[in-house]
Amino acid sequence: MLTFEKLSPSFRFEVASTPGGEYITKCFACGTCTLSCPVREIDERYNPRRIIHMVLLGMKEEVLKSDFIWLCTACYTCSERCPQGVGITDLMNALKNIAVKEGYVHPSYIEQMKALINNDALYEISELENKKREKIGLPVIKKTKDVLKGIMDKTGITKILKS
Amino acid sequence: MNYALFLGCTVPVRGMNYELSARKVAERLGIKLIDINEFSCCGFPMKAVDYETAMLMSARNLALAEKEGLNIVVLCSACGSTLTEINKHLKEDEELREFVNKKLDINYNGTIDVKHFSRVLYEEIGIQRIKDFIIEPLKGFKFAPHYGCHYLKPSEAFEHFDNPEDPVSLHKLIEVTGAEAIDYTTLKNCCGGGILGIEENVALRMSGKKWKELVNMGIDGLISHCPFCSVMYEGNQKKIEKIENIEIGIPVFYYPQILGLALGIGANELGFDLNRIKPKNFLEKLEGLKEKV
Repeated sequence: MLTFEKLSPSFRFEVASTPGGEYITKCFACGTCTLSCPVREIDERYNPRRIIHMVLLGMKEEVLKSDFIWLCTACYTCSERCPQGVGITDLMNALKNIAVKEGYVHPSYIEQMKALINNDALYEISELENKKREKIGLPVIKKTKDVLKGIMDKTGITKILKS
Repeated sequence: MNYALFLGCTVPVRGMNYELSARKVAERLGIKLIDINEFSCCGFPMKAVDYETAMLMSARNLALAEKEGLNIVVLCSACGSTLTEINKHLKEDEELREFVNKKLDINYNGTIDVKHFSRVLYEEIGIQRIKDFIIEPLKGFKFAPHYGCHYLKPSEAFEHFDNPEDPVSLHKLIEVTGAEAIDYTTLKNCCGGGILGIEENVALRMSGKKWKELVNMGIDGLISHCPFCSVMYEGNQKKIEKIENIEIGIPVFYYPQILGLALGIGANELGFDLNRIKPKNFLEKLEGLKEKV
């Protein structure tokens, strides 16, 4: 049940000042995004119009703590079709970015970050891989080291790995 | 025509057949691909976590190519989308450029472009010129193109070079090999790869939608040009068969693999032995075609 006390009226402005969330207040709730969404076709938990409406109402905690904000595949179909130019794919990333700052991060992203820090890529290119590459005539790849850790330290995002 | 080849994370490990065939095709068509060892991940995986980190990761890669005076060509559509989009922001926003340059201690001026390999073939080489190079047309073959999302979207970042609602470029690239490129209702469907690590079941069912339609259309293969789409349609095909209770067994090829064949490059040089769904029938049909000639 929605109660006035639990709402954060300023949440929409917080979203609007986050990169990707700038155009959220332009939404007039036509539902083109939801009808176009290939995830929603399969899983009703993910409903972009509903998520936008929840943000506009100020349901901050419900949105940031939810599983559903992580279900966007970033296919951009909604963004292409939105008549108001809300940029919903980027908006979903903005919501995820805010969720991360508030301490809610999906575990799969923690794993990806660890991989990026260890390999400067999502996957390690081991000696075995390089041998396989050489055998079929592909150049051996020598990965850099600690480049991405350096960038993540600069933006301070590595701190989410400690908590 | 020189390009810095941006391999990304997935291609050099899980898409060696893509890389191999793209390099062969490029050589044949006079595209020189230059490797830059210092390239790292494009930044795509960090967009959901922290946009600033993703932007800095992209900017660093862009600056490395600019230093060599090279435009970037990508094989992975997610790398392409991320680098293109962030490049657009950096080109248009001088303040942002100054911010990343200072933060990374680099000097990116926004003078380079990023293009997908298929887009380079379509726009820079052009269908007409590719036609002149075709030696062994793939007559009698029927393929389903899979464009994937990040090859064309967000369209504003790609200067609308093809229409994401009614795309034609991959159809034309397939047709120039002499094969047929079919139209079908789930043509533009997303593979679901973006949430494979979040909700595997939903992701697999998203890929399953396309297979459920294609399975009865008599195609020789699905044509992909993104390693992650291939992971979904090919690497996860067995899981999809289980979930959807269907038999698929249809190979998934990277576009340069079939173009390579039509250019007269041997099948053994195009990495077909690395395809997960073994294209035995396809290769036999190909042999049959050669014997007829």
